[in-house]
Amino acid sequence: MSMRAEWRRARAIAWKDLTAERRSKAQFNGVLALALTILVMFGFALGPDAQAIGDAAAGAIWLAALFAGVLAFNRSYQTELDGGALEHLLLYPGSRRSILAGKLMANFAFVGAMLAVVVVAAIVLFHVQVPARWPALVGILFLGAVGLTTLGTFYAAIASRSRAREVLLPLLLFPMLVPVLLAAMEATKALLGGNAMSDAGAWARLLLVFDVIFLVATFLVFESVIEA
Amino acid sequence: MTHAVSLSAASATGTARRSWFGWFTLVFLVFSQVTAILISPPDRDMGDLQKIMYVHVPAAWMTMLAPLALLAFGVRYLFTHREEDDLLAAASGEVALVFAGLTLALGMIWGRPTWGVWWTWDPRLTSTLVLFLILAGYLSIRALIDDRDQRAQWSAAVGVLGAINVPIVYMSVRWWRTIHQIQSSPATVDPAYVIGLRLNAFAFLFVMIYFIRRRRDAFVLERAAEHAGEAAALGGLSRE
Amino acid sequence: MSLDTPMSLVTEAPRSEVAIEVTNLARRFGTSWVLRGIQLTVAPREVVGVLGANGSGKSTLLRILATLLRPHAGGARVCGHDVVREAHEVRSELGYLAHSPGLYEDLTARENLEFAARMLDRDAAEIDPVLTRVGLLGVAHRQVRGMSAGMQRRLAFGRLMLVRPRVLLLDEPYSNLDTDGIALVNELIAEWVDAGAAALVVLHELAPAEPVLDRTVVLVDGRFATPPLSLARSAR
Repeated sequence: MSMRAEWRRARAIAWKDLTAERRSKAQFNGVLALALTILVMFGFALGPDAQAIGDAAAGAIWLAALFAGVLAFNRSYQTELDGGALEHLLLYPGSRRSILAGKLMANFAFVGAMLAVVVVAAIVLFHVQVPARWPALVGILFLGAVGLTTLGTFYAAIASRSRAREVLLPLLLFPMLVPVLLAAMEATKALLGGNAMSDAGAWARLLLVFDVIFLVATFLVFESVIEA
Repeated sequence: MTHAVSLSAASATGTARRSWFGWFTLVFLVFSQVTAILISPPDRDMGDLQKIMYVHVPAAWMTMLAPLALLAFGVRYLFTHREEDDLLAAASGEVALVFAGLTLALGMIWGRPTWGVWWTWDPRLTSTLVLFLILAGYLSIRALIDDRDQRAQWSAAVGVLGAINVPIVYMSVRWWRTIHQIQSSPATVDPAYVIGLRLNAFAFLFVMIYFIRRRRDAFVLERAAEHAGEAAALGGLSRE
Repeated sequence: MSLDTPMSLVTEAPRSEVAIEVTNLARRFGTSWVLRGIQLTVAPREVVGVLGANGSGKSTLLRILATLLRPHAGGARVCGHDVVREAHEVRSELGYLAHSPGLYEDLTARENLEFAARMLDRDAAEIDPVLTRVGLLGVAHRQVRGMSAGMQRRLAFGRLMLVRPRVLLLDEPYSNLDTDGIALVNELIAEWVDAGAAALVVLHELAPAEPVLDRTVVLVDGRFATPPLSLARSAR
């Protein structure tokens, strides 16, 4: 199958997921509301002392994104499972990798949008200064979201079709995401605190390496995982 | 379709060889431990507590090695679809989990008298804890999926990804801790301890290999029994 | 057969004598065997009905032929391709309709077909004629969620039209359909068969399918039993 045809199919799948999402707004609004609620809960747990909260902002942002993201990843397969659409999806010509690519793109848009709102909320709630180096911050958010989405989309393909799916996705995903979370949290903390750029740079490199490795790895093994 | 293990593969061929290897491993392990304990002087800070290193450190090394076996067998299964490779991967995963648990337990037992607390987020122990959780996830997948082919495929994918992540986890946790300045694990480079560690490293390597093979053999026997039961239920229909 | 008709049911001359060939097929779920050694041959242009009680393995048989499940013993070939080793080639010949229509509820009827067209590399111009043919042009803008079960099944057939299958695997295709719907399905099956396709149809009851069936097989306890009656091929 030609790459252009595969790319077209991936885009079709992403379009389908996002269109369905737009229609039933419940999903995005619900997940976003959950992320913000988690952020507020962190505020209660750590605050209200300004210093303590400021230090914890980076961690709170990424954990809120992670917990809310888990719901988003499982739901991306829910639409296929509800009406029995997954079987028909598997029967279209071409490689099954376009399914992963399409869902990755749709989930990334979802998680990215959520992350953007969460960061803004955190800046307000946790008294954080908008950093002068905010483009670098956007870069870290991007790389972190890629790592989160790649593994989240992959493991959700398994978890959503298993027993105990609500437990299985976090159980599989969270330990695997430790490098991403550490890197993203530390880099975000460094940038929000206006610290030396070198810290964030090293973490950004780690994120990039992680993203590349796991993008490749998940694509290579996805075929084994999407079959019935 | 996963190519099945045959009943003959589970038969007595090689059992004699494995017994020999098992006895050799046990003897070598005892020899290594006793030698290391006897020839090494007490550490000036820790005293005899240091001796726990002769189990903790080799166990930690095997915790890094066993996932490699999981990676190798997992990848091979994805190419060959042979049941044997799936069972070897499962055995490797189990053994890796046990070694990780052992490393953690001993690390905490050593840490309590030394640092006064059970846990200090020491980089190596923390990474081992993350690895323990990754392996627990791998075994959960295997426990939750009933269909054999699906279990083999999915756990191979999960196992391979988990194994790939091991070095990345260790690296990122170490960086994280160097930023936040802590005390590290006991130094193992003191020459007085090297011989003891090397001996025990090999002893533990043999133990790891022995247990992977034993678990694999147990799985093979279980699987052969399942196949026999199914063939009987089908009424003699031959497998393709 | 005109090639520039968007609805052309183009199927080339069959490359093999046999459209579906099943040999000693067996499949278990857990420890019990659902299929226990199935033998079946379906020739091109033949329509075979499969009857059986609930849980007799009818859907499993179809799903194995559709490359969605792997056999645990025996084998099957569709248009000469092995369903396990050449699954990719099999899928390009297949038109599979599961018992649940497999549509996206939040999308409109038209959007579901648009998605299918993009996945199948079909021209978007084919969608309107398909919608008209299955009688859904008037509700094309409606979300599938708001459509009746019968309308959803018609839409599923519309998607099947975009596939242009050489082998049809239909799982209880007549459920939820009114008389018009049943007539539509039989027309479509007849057209596909005329163009050279073969069809294996899992049925709950014979009546709706009688106009198109060539013969029936009955699944009992995982094996085919010879039916007490054989259906005569109805005049076309």
